[in-house]
Amino acid sequence: MSAPGFRMAAPVRLVAVAAFAVAATLIILLLAGAPPLDAVSVILDGGVGSRIRALQSLGVWTPLMLCSAGLLLTFAAGLWNIGIEGQVVMGAIAATCLLRFFGEGAGTFPLVLGLLAGMAGGALWAWLSGALRVYGRVHEIFSGLGLNFVAIGLTLWLILGPWRQPGAASLSGTEPLPDDFWLPMPGGFPLWQTVLAAAAVIAVRIILTKSRWGLVVKASGQNASAAALWGLRPGLRALQAMAACGALAGLAGALQVTGLYHRLLPSISSGYGYTALLAVMMAGFKLGPVIPICFFFAILNVGSIQLPLGLRLDSSLAGVIQGVLALSVFVVAGLELRLRRRKGGA
Amino acid sequence: MFKRMLAMAVLAVAALGFAAACQAADKDLTFGMLLVGPYNDKGYSQAHYDGGLYAEKAVPGAKMIYLDKVNPADRPGFTIPQLVDDLASKGAKLIIANSDDMKDGVREAAKMHPELKFLHISGDDVLAGKAPENLANAFGKMIYGKMMAGFAAAMTTKTGKIGFLGPLVNDETRRLAAAAYLGARYAWVNVLKKDPKDLSFQVTWIGFWFNIPGVTSDPTQVANKFFDGGYDVVISSIDTPEAVTVAAQKKKAGKDVWAVPYDYEGACEGFEDVCLGVPYFNWGPTYEKFIKEVMDGSFKQTWEWNAPDWKSGDNAPDSAVGYAYGPALSGAAKTELHKFMKGLGDGSINLYVGPLNYQDGTPWLAAGEKADDKKIWYMGQLLEGMEGASSK
Repeated sequence: MSAPGFRMAAPVRLVAVAAFAVAATLIILLLAGAPPLDAVSVILDGGVGSRIRALQSLGVWTPLMLCSAGLLLTFAAGLWNIGIEGQVVMGAIAATCLLRFFGEGAGTFPLVLGLLAGMAGGALWAWLSGALRVYGRVHEIFSGLGLNFVAIGLTLWLILGPWRQPGAASLSGTEPLPDDFWLPMPGGFPLWQTVLAAAAVIAVRIILTKSRWGLVVKASGQNASAAALWGLRPGLRALQAMAACGALAGLAGALQVTGLYHRLLPSISSGYGYTALLAVMMAGFKLGPVIPICFFFAILNVGSIQLPLGLRLDSSLAGVIQGVLALSVFVVAGLELRLRRRKGGA
Repeated sequence: MFKRMLAMAVLAVAALGFAAACQAADKDLTFGMLLVGPYNDKGYSQAHYDGGLYAEKAVPGAKMIYLDKVNPADRPGFTIPQLVDDLASKGAKLIIANSDDMKDGVREAAKMHPELKFLHISGDDVLAGKAPENLANAFGKMIYGKMMAGFAAAMTTKTGKIGFLGPLVNDETRRLAAAAYLGARYAWVNVLKKDPKDLSFQVTWIGFWFNIPGVTSDPTQVANKFFDGGYDVVISSIDTPEAVTVAAQKKKAGKDVWAVPYDYEGACEGFEDVCLGVPYFNWGPTYEKFIKEVMDGSFKQTWEWNAPDWKSGDNAPDSAVGYAYGPALSGAAKTELHKFMKGLGDGSINLYVGPLNYQDGTPWLAAGEKADDKKIWYMGQLLEGMEGASSK
């Protein structure tokens, strides 16, 4: 992997990214008429300034982390799983669907089933995208995007149609689930979400670094034809990686339903699938940096609510900042590549 | 001994002074408002925002903080209880939530925060017996505003086809669509002396209070479809002003069309050619009252459904709802509308008297039966003669 020629040392790279990001962010905040330091401090304070806010940020971190962990598997297999957004949505639909079969007073057992159903729903949706790639030669970016739209369309149809609230037809969402199916949050702490996300991180780490399967997936991802010659069945590996990622994304969707909204909504995924893609790319497809980056994105998301409250600024600025940060990473990576080529060519 | 008494007296005075100072500080009240749309939407949310500004002025010591665009599409990952936490951490003691969409979240937040008071606009948790002690409901009797909108539309239409641009379907929106229809039918039959069969009243719902691209139907498209399909007046019942905007475009293109926007008193501004007037909410006085009650400790759980202030004439400043005449409304129609308002006000006109049937023909009110508030509030279907989904 170590190409000859120019290669920035990690700290230099970090400084370059940070400098670029800070400069771009400052320009944007100034253009938006926001006092930059105030805006940044308001966001940070809003994201981690109190126990409640830190817990809220942790609550946003968990679905982002689940999705990111899943994406590391598909990226290892050389796949661009853009369809992760739809996999989150399908997880939410599947979980809601299962829980609808149980009424009030059914205890917490269905909750566990609901989470499993969410994983199955996400896995199925991802498998579809993978199957289109492996058997139908449709690139997973296109099938993924298409399936995202289908999943969202299905949500809208369910909410306005068969699952609508009695006497109403509103895209506000379905009726809230019975209390039994609300994931317990002792003291506002997203305990189960955190446990599951942490488990996913550990599992993905073990899979990618310690298991034979991880090695085979990586080999298939880097050179499918060579992998095929070695009898490693790259098609099957791709499908397995997709399904595993979909399961994690689906779990994130199921947690959005059971842990946060307690119902199915049109925007149930909160766009976390796409955000996770951004986070993983920013992290250079490595697990280590993904963890803090996801937390940072979570802080941005939670803290952004303070922009209109504290400074009467539009909270979508936080989204712009997030995008600029990701772009900074790509720009620096691009620069690096250019410099490397020039030096290598000389 | 004397010294001790003096010392005690001084202490007592100091304590009293301190208590008084605390009370003065208590007189200040921050109220936090959750708005479903942008605070400057020239529609529903702006009417609330302006009401908050009014209350800030009317009640010394009252201070508003607000959060707008409170809906899952604009604020992904947030729930109402979380946003209430944020308002509370900024010192809000009274939370005003302005949308039906926030019903479940507000109830949950009210249970989590017994130390705060909550006012949920448009909700009926109190009526339905689901509300905790610290939660009240209030709404304006917009049914009358909508009757006037329907009346103005029927007086103006040349094709006899009125379009109703509806948000989502629930008790409130069915009730308001039906009220607009009743007003339109009254003008058509009792004033214009025309056959009710020649009046067409089509309701099209977009799925939410405003456009969410990719989620709801696009209200601009729905309004265009109405006008292109021969509906020459469109009554808007959504939070945002697409109906007048599209009507103005059609007018420029030479079509004879009109529209009635909704919610915000200034909604006709810029659309003088096509605007027949606007039924609006005036939240200021309601907010003033609740803020004062929270300040002096007399806040109680209530369900308020405030009628227009009929006695002080059209659009009294204290009226919870009103109808601002639009520049495009003809003089004759305006005279008739004014008469209609007077009739509603003095009780000589009551449109909620049977026989009235639901859309599917089942009776809603028997002949001579007058509907009470609860019956009107929980109207289960659109009325016979209206077209469009009832979502039973």
